[in-house]
Amino acid sequence: MTLTRILLPLAGLLLLWQGIVALTAVPPYILPPPARVASALVQQHALILGHALTTAVEILLGLLIGTLLGALAATSLAYFPPARRWLLPLLVVSQAIPVFALAPILVLWLGYGLASKVAMAVLIIFFPVVATFYDGLRRTEPGWIDLAATMQASRWAVLRHVRVPGALPAFASGLRVATAVAPIGAVVGEWVGSSAGLGYLMLHANGRMQTDLMFAALATLAVLALLLYVAVDRALRRALPWQPDTATPLP
Amino acid sequence: MPDTPPHPSAIVCRGLTLRYGAERLFDNLSLTIPGGEWTCILGPSGVGKTSLLRLFAGLGGGGSAAGEVHAGDGGTLAGRVAYMAQNDLLLPWLSVLDNVLLGARLRGARRDAARARTLLAEVGLAERAGDRPAALSGGMRQRAALARTLMEDCPIVLMDEPFSGLDAITRHRLQELAATILSGRTVVLVTHDPLEALRLGRHIHVLSGQPVRMDQPLRPSGEPPRDLADPVLLALQATLLSRLSGSGEGVS
Repeated sequence: MTLTRILLPLAGLLLLWQGIVALTAVPPYILPPPARVASALVQQHALILGHALTTAVEILLGLLIGTLLGALAATSLAYFPPARRWLLPLLVVSQAIPVFALAPILVLWLGYGLASKVAMAVLIIFFPVVATFYDGLRRTEPGWIDLAATMQASRWAVLRHVRVPGALPAFASGLRVATAVAPIGAVVGEWVGSSAGLGYLMLHANGRMQTDLMFAALATLAVLALLLYVAVDRALRRALPWQPDTATPLP
Repeated sequence: MPDTPPHPSAIVCRGLTLRYGAERLFDNLSLTIPGGEWTCILGPSGVGKTSLLRLFAGLGGGGSAAGEVHAGDGGTLAGRVAYMAQNDLLLPWLSVLDNVLLGARLRGARRDAARARTLLAEVGLAERAGDRPAALSGGMRQRAALARTLMEDCPIVLMDEPFSGLDAITRHRLQELAATILSGRTVVLVTHDPLEALRLGRHIHVLSGQPVRMDQPLRPSGEPPRDLADPVLLALQATLLSRLSGSGEGVS
């Protein structure tokens, strides 16, 4: 059923694409027909997969480091008032600067390799994780805190056993958003300066008018992002089975 | 008050004052909650019943408090108080058994799972120990909360309208269960239901006014849980209702 829901709109989109190409007789270096993109995918699969692997590593590392740093920052914000006073305005200001503007600086500082792309992904992931987890930590059910106080719980025990588990659904929302936007960071980093990755391959193919290869790389990136999101979403659902999912029976 | 020293688990308040801004909820309030028995507190909405219970529990309520609250033996109440609220406050990510063991988990103490299972059996939840709270009915959840309260094994139990969200039959059964398994402990029950107070309370106080005044306690005869069909109890209910209607606009 899920597969049908994915395949049916995809088939519709491909038909529309083929229809536009046939009707407008647009040259293939502007818009290649789907069959030509599929052929590029098959013929150059080794090249595409190699670059996809680089991008996947950048995204996963960015996701891991960004989530860890985000969770640490959120906990500091929730538990140390000085951190809240100093770090919160900085966080908000950091979001006002577009990631695109930071990419050349990061490449200059961290080089053309993996580090600058991971840093870009971390930057883009960090804020949704901090914002949602901090929000979750601030909104612990007051009754739970009262109950823990009558049980002589220490501040640390309340954080570990009540506040953090209680904030996990909010954290999961942030992580889902972070997973969806993580590829942006990695690909932007690759555009600005790199020698590997799907972003690099797209830019390279574009410069050589290999539009079919560019589309093939784009399709691979889309599949990669989708697979990553589905994996993270499933893992989160499995990790938080107690979280009520009331979306299914919409009134 | 008699001259005999108070029960070690009595709650003694002296000169209790609680202010929320310009509003004085308690002003130099002094009272003794007898130890080892049930005391019920009734009063109109907003009079300060829950605030009084929170002060006993050592929980801040945002206001500025002064005065003295200690146990009958002169010691502090901290560590001797178990608290049960209107909301069951079960942690949704823990199983029923782990919820009962929450106190030990929070204190980093050894978790006595065997005793927790015995208590769950006592409240009729032996088969549900592994379930999460979401799988339980309202009555079951409150029974699990009661088992958690008992697991703390505190001589003083503070209950803030713990049965108010339940249907009549479940409420009746839980009152009976609580009266049986909490007998011998100092229990302070805040309730909005005069009949519940008459069924369970050895001493019944009605709070009124601002700052709060506490009338002489009503002391129904007979052993709790009392039979609600008893005509004496129904007559006392009328007395309580008249005290309540004289103390404020509505009963919370």
